[in-house]
Amino acid sequence: MLLINCPYCGERPELEFVHGGQAHIARPANPAECSDQQWADFLYRRDNIKGLHAERWRHTHGCGRFFNALRDTTSDLFLATYKVGEQPPTQAQLKGATA
Amino acid sequence: MSQGLRTASGGRINRARPVRFTFDGRELRGFEGDTLASALLANGVHLVGRSFKYHRPRGVLTAGSEEPNAVVAVRRDAARVTPNLRATEVELYEGLEAHSQNRWPSLELDAGAINGLLSPFIPAGFYYKTFMWPRRAWQRLYEPRIRAAAGLGLAPEHPDPDSYSNRFAHCDVLVVGAGPAGLAAAQSAAASGARVMLCDEQPELGGSLLGEADPGASLGESGREWLAGTIRGLLANPRVTVLTRTTAFGYFPHNLIGLEQRLSDHLAQPDLKQPRERQWQVRARQVVLATGAIERPLVFPGNDRPGVMLAGAVRTYLNRYGVLAGERAVLITTHDEAYRSALDLRRAGATVTIVDARDGASSELAEAARREGLTVHTATTVIGTRGRLRVKSVQIQKLDAHGQARGATERIDCDLVLMSGGYTPSVHLFSQSRGKLAWSEGLQAFLPAESPERVRCAGACRGVFSAAAVRSDGESAGAQAARDSGLTVNTVIGEPQPVQSSGAAAPGDLPQPGGEPAAKAFVDWQNDVTSRDLLLAAREGFRSIEHVKRYTTTGMATDQGKTSNLNALAIVARQLGKSIPEVGLTTFRMPYTPVTFGSFAGYSRGELFDPIRTTPIHDWAARQGAVFEDVGLWKRARYFPRNGESLHAAVARECQAVRSGCGLFDASTLGKIEVVGKDAVTFMERLYVNGWTNLAVGRCRYGILLRDDGFIYDDGVVARIAEDRFHVTTTTGGAARVLAMMEDYLQTEWPDLSVWLSSTSEQWSVIALQGPRARQVLEALVQDVDLSAAALPHMGAATGRICGIPMRLFRVSFTGELGFEINVPADYGLAVWEAIHAAGEPHGITPYGTETMHVLRAEKGFVIVGQDTDGTVTPDDAGLTWAIGKQKPDFVGKRALERPAMHSPERKQLVGLLTAQPHVVLTEGAQIVLDARATPPTLPIGHVTSSYYSATLGRSIALALVRAGRSRMGQTLYVPMPGGNLAVQVTSPVFYDPKGSRLNA
Ligand SMILES: [Zn+2]
Repeated sequence: MLLINCPYCGERPELEFVHGGQAHIARPANPAECSDQQWADFLYRRDNIKGLHAERWRHTHGCGRFFNALRDTTSDLFLATYKVGEQPPTQAQLKGATA
Repeated sequence: MSQGLRTASGGRINRARPVRFTFDGRELRGFEGDTLASALLANGVHLVGRSFKYHRPRGVLTAGSEEPNAVVAVRRDAARVTPNLRATEVELYEGLEAHSQNRWPSLELDAGAINGLLSPFIPAGFYYKTFMWPRRAWQRLYEPRIRAAAGLGLAPEHPDPDSYSNRFAHCDVLVVGAGPAGLAAAQSAAASGARVMLCDEQPELGGSLLGEADPGASLGESGREWLAGTIRGLLANPRVTVLTRTTAFGYFPHNLIGLEQRLSDHLAQPDLKQPRERQWQVRARQVVLATGAIERPLVFPGNDRPGVMLAGAVRTYLNRYGVLAGERAVLITTHDEAYRSALDLRRAGATVTIVDARDGASSELAEAARREGLTVHTATTVIGTRGRLRVKSVQIQKLDAHGQARGATERIDCDLVLMSGGYTPSVHLFSQSRGKLAWSEGLQAFLPAESPERVRCAGACRGVFSAAAVRSDGESAGAQAARDSGLTVNTVIGEPQPVQSSGAAAPGDLPQPGGEPAAKAFVDWQNDVTSRDLLLAAREGFRSIEHVKRYTTTGMATDQGKTSNLNALAIVARQLGKSIPEVGLTTFRMPYTPVTFGSFAGYSRGELFDPIRTTPIHDWAARQGAVFEDVGLWKRARYFPRNGESLHAAVARECQAVRSGCGLFDASTLGKIEVVGKDAVTFMERLYVNGWTNLAVGRCRYGILLRDDGFIYDDGVVARIAEDRFHVTTTTGGAARVLAMMEDYLQTEWPDLSVWLSSTSEQWSVIALQGPRARQVLEALVQDVDLSAAALPHMGAATGRICGIPMRLFRVSFTGELGFEINVPADYGLAVWEAIHAAGEPHGITPYGTETMHVLRAEKGFVIVGQDTDGTVTPDDAGLTWAIGKQKPDFVGKRALERPAMHSPERKQLVGLLTAQPHVVLTEGAQIVLDARATPPTLPIGHVTSSYYSATLGRSIALALVRAGRSRMGQTLYVPMPGGNLAVQVTSPVFYDPKGSRLNA
């Protein structure tokens, strides 16, 4: 059971959260302008990363908020969690945070 | 029988407290402080079980949780039988009743031992090779027979009467293992003020020291005092939690460790009010693993006879339990440490012959052994043993300069064989932490390397063996862990001790004459895997150790290969011509030792297994004799039988009442979401397929929600309560996921919208009053709402009061009749329900359940999401295109609906089906085919989604999804059933009142 740092509530056990899939996949602003392939990519194409992965979580049994997380899929360690709308921290920022 | 092999004095048993117990019905005596294994050995009982495959006689091999052989069932009563317990861990109590396993009719005379004679015909992979064909024979013949002959122990036949507890805990430093390393680590961490948890699987702290003749003495000067003082200090420290009889069985991500604490298994009279076990989930900032090491057996022919034991185990039985396991012993070793066992046995009065496979064992210990007058054969191998139920002799042979078994042979008579191939560090938990392991040439073992978790190892589990070094290593690890958990450590933190070379020979099997693989040289005792089986697997082309494991089943039994893995690996590696690290390790799976199901279930049993949701009207319905059904977690009244009515009769009566008079239905389980805010209408426009801007306040609309892939996700009536307020209803099962989807879009796609979402499912009681007389019933109770058809037409909504209670009143119908849904605050639900029921009595009001609701809606062709749809159904497939707002530029799912495949005429479409024989009710889920004579296999063109007998229509009706269904009106299709293909006619899905005049009344 992971320990997840909700940006609003702090560290809570995974029991309180629901995983929300890959992060930073915005719904196209004008779906009508998308080709079928573009729409299919938006719906179905996801990365399957070995390493650092940006993903969505929702603190369902807590504040109810969605947020994003950077997780290393090989170790399950979170390198950062951040709010919706924010960009993921850069490698340099991550290094600075752990140094 | 007397405890003939008990020493005169010594050990940690309480000789003043004799304990009676039985083994296979035989009455025996031991002492308080014994394990079942030590007490059996004290009574001269070496034969304790039969092996899994060959039913070979087996004895106690070890003195700890790694035991593969001495696996027994302990019985308190018919319900409390625990199979597959290791006798080496079972603490003796007065009246303990233990049974051997895997034998028939008795342990001494086992009919299954014929398998041993057949062993040349039961090689590795035998089950896979022999029982392949035919499939039916596997199910009916082979599998039951194999399960009866093999298998480990029997499950109890009654429900478990014990209770089990769960607990979460947090600490700065969790120390696993209370041997010298763990004690030192816990003490040094606690000295820094850390909140420490220390757990150990044994009933007593001390770990390996408990097997010493003088525990603590080996730690050096003042070692005894240090040991006693440390234990006292830890027990007295309020910031330290010490858990004995507690196994750390699993290492989960982010330093979550599962602990299994056995609370009452050691008690003669457990208090049934107290839990039997407690499972802890400990979240530790830092973990110190001090899990020790497990002695490796040697692989030689006949190494599995009762009386063949690990050298360290024999020493533990002698020193800790005062049991001399035999009087004429042979020690077979490739490792120095085992000499201690020989010397201790000698001092206790046994004769000991040492057979060391290494050339010129010249360590201090070997010299000491010779000085003590022991015979030491070096450069000597073992080529066989004898003795049916107990080892009687050992056959040895001299090795030549090349390590080949070519020299003179000799037979040594004995009643006990000790063996030792060195120690394998217990890296199980470390490996479960996703820690990488590194091969140590000097130790001939895998050692912990890097882990992503905040964990460090101390002592023997990382290759530090000498007692004094182990203590320093533990102190260092404990202080470092305290520091890394964020505490200030004021003392100087020592460095971890260097890994020591053990002088052990390589793992694997001992050399045999002619270089041939030995027969009956066991590697995995519990699963009966020999070195020959492993060689066969390698010869047959298995290269991956994971495949070899599955093919031979080595390391797969309840002991998970604790004693066998490294030997198996070495044998396979040699055959493949690779090094051990090249072959690699199999996964160390949790649990470390078996954990009871009860402890995982914890409190979640019986009524507490799952929450039960009931409506405010539930008890009323129960008093009326309603039969309930489970819908998700909800209990819903399915029908209200009167005077022993059948389901069929009750539903027919209830349907008739609604169609001709009025019926009352508890719809409180409907999901309800309040959508509020200045952008509420924009939000609804973007989410649902319907148009909402033009929905006036005081009106309802049937809303459809798609996913962005275009398929129906949920549906429900939506009422506009105010310009900025919608009362959205969802399906009973969809409430939570619809709210989650709304939150997702609102928070992540449209955070600019000013909208609040609140679940109100539990806040409103919903009472559906349906039927031609519904208005008359309601008029008596409602004063401030005009209920006339003109003022409140179909799909009208109003707020007002009923019986003085505030309500939201929707004129909606899921039955096709004039109908109202009365929403009142849940606390008033029952009172209003009873008032309506009383007011309706002159009109023959009839409560009805979900079954009648289903029939009535099916007569009208109303779909139920999740029954008539399955996640691949578009609004058009379901005949609901009319609901889509045509002018909307976008809504969730719109773009996907424009894909060509989504309006292919060949899609499955919702239709009605009428059977040729009106009284035949189709089976829901049945397939539909084109051809009257079709026999399987044939391609179905659709399936039945809903099917009922309609009392109103006097015949059966069904809804179905059929390929190009709307183009098949009037066509005859067929539903294949066991009795033959049933002819059905395709019709409109609306069977009753297609013009809708009744619900507009
Ligand atoms: Zn939160």
